Amino acid sequence: MCVAVPARIKQINKTTALVSYMDMEREIDISLVPDAAIDDFVIVHAGFAIQIIDNAEAEKTMELFNEIESLKE
Amino acid sequence: MTINLNKIISDIKYLGSRLPSRINLMEVCGTHTMAIGKNGIRQLLPENINLISGPGCPVCVTAINEIDQIIELSAFKDIVIFTFGDMLKVPGSETTLLRQRSSGSSIKMCYSPNEALQYAIENPEKNIVFLAIGFETTAPLTASVVKNAAKNNIKNFFIYNLHKTVPAAIFFLLDKDEKLNLDAFLCPGHVCAVTGSRPFEFISEKFKKPAVISGFTPEDILKSILMILKQLSANVPETEIQYTLAVKKEGNIFAKNLISEVFDSRPASWRGIGIIEDSGLSLKSSYESFDAKKVFEINTMEAREPKYCECGRILLGEKKPFDCRLFASGCTPENPVGPCMVSSEGTCAAYYKYERMNMK
Repeated sequence: MCVAVPARIKQINKTTALVSYMDMEREIDISLVPDAAIDDFVIVHAGFAIQIIDNAEAEKTMELFNEIESLKE
Repeated sequence: MTINLNKIISDIKYLGSRLPSRINLMEVCGTHTMAIGKNGIRQLLPENINLISGPGCPVCVTAINEIDQIIELSAFKDIVIFTFGDMLKVPGSETTLLRQRSSGSSIKMCYSPNEALQYAIENPEKNIVFLAIGFETTAPLTASVVKNAAKNNIKNFFIYNLHKTVPAAIFFLLDKDEKLNLDAFLCPGHVCAVTGSRPFEFISEKFKKPAVISGFTPEDILKSILMILKQLSANVPETEIQYTLAVKKEGNIFAKNLISEVFDSRPASWRGIGIIEDSGLSLKSSYESFDAKKVFEINTMEAREPKYCECGRILLGEKKPFDCRLFASGCTPENPVGPCMVSSEGTCAAYYKYERMNMK
């Protein structure tokens, strides 16, 4: 339940946003992070963004996930 | 960037070897329990570092009489229960929500509380009850949905409130700590994404124990353990944030304000522990029309804890799953006796899945 990964905001539609994680896209509620903007990374829990992620840290984490994925191939 | 866990592990082993005898490190959060099991972290640590699972599994600490009440509610024909998946198989005194569903009760699984509200709007003839369970990570979601329901005048949406808060539980454990001798805490990363680090600072400031707010990858957890060992070695306890990706000192102020707007703090009953002051949330009087406990008459019968189940002692960290007579024998994920075996964050479920090779 609590495990989440950085999801990147692609589109915003008032209180919801389309986010992408790896190859998947999903609509989530962003009413808890009113300052979120397009291209921000957020932590998603039960269909809501609960915090905006520090961008530099997010890039590093995504690199790590991609590296793990490429090791699997 | 390359993963260099070897250096972190060898640093942990070095510092661990220089610390006195046994270090009791409580990892509070159920998701940490699972991540530790899944990644074999226990096996990487020196023997004197004892990882103890704490009561950070919201499903596991739900009082059995509340499970019974929810099951009673689910039997009413005009009520539709919406719940996160974990709650379906938790045994009450007599049965589970899953078995009730097979008997015809309307019980639906949801990923987000928004689905429950949406269903209420689309089905005005039904009463929708959302099982609002979780710590501070989930409470703002419930607050948001209740506030929305109020704003749009939705009369057939209710919550069965089970929300609890973590800092009071940790305070309780430290305050009562005689048998446990807890030396440090690994604190829950996503609870702190909402609350910030301040509500956990009492661990180092009042009780002089190290506390590190950790993320959930194996690298995060190992780095956090190393940070704790460094604090213990220097004898300088602090409340530190390892999970800087998502945790700010002040947390998510908007979410915290929303919780305060919709909920008051109250004592709560934690399964296996008892009543802990200021550890629960209750709907403010302005939102009480959404409170299923007040709106529906539910007869409470006397709850029966399952015989021989050690969930309570396991949640307090006093026993490990292996100490329970039923573990992997009468109690398995397929046929759980207690909630710790059911929940995806339950200690017994984690041990069953990942640690059984270590059973003697």
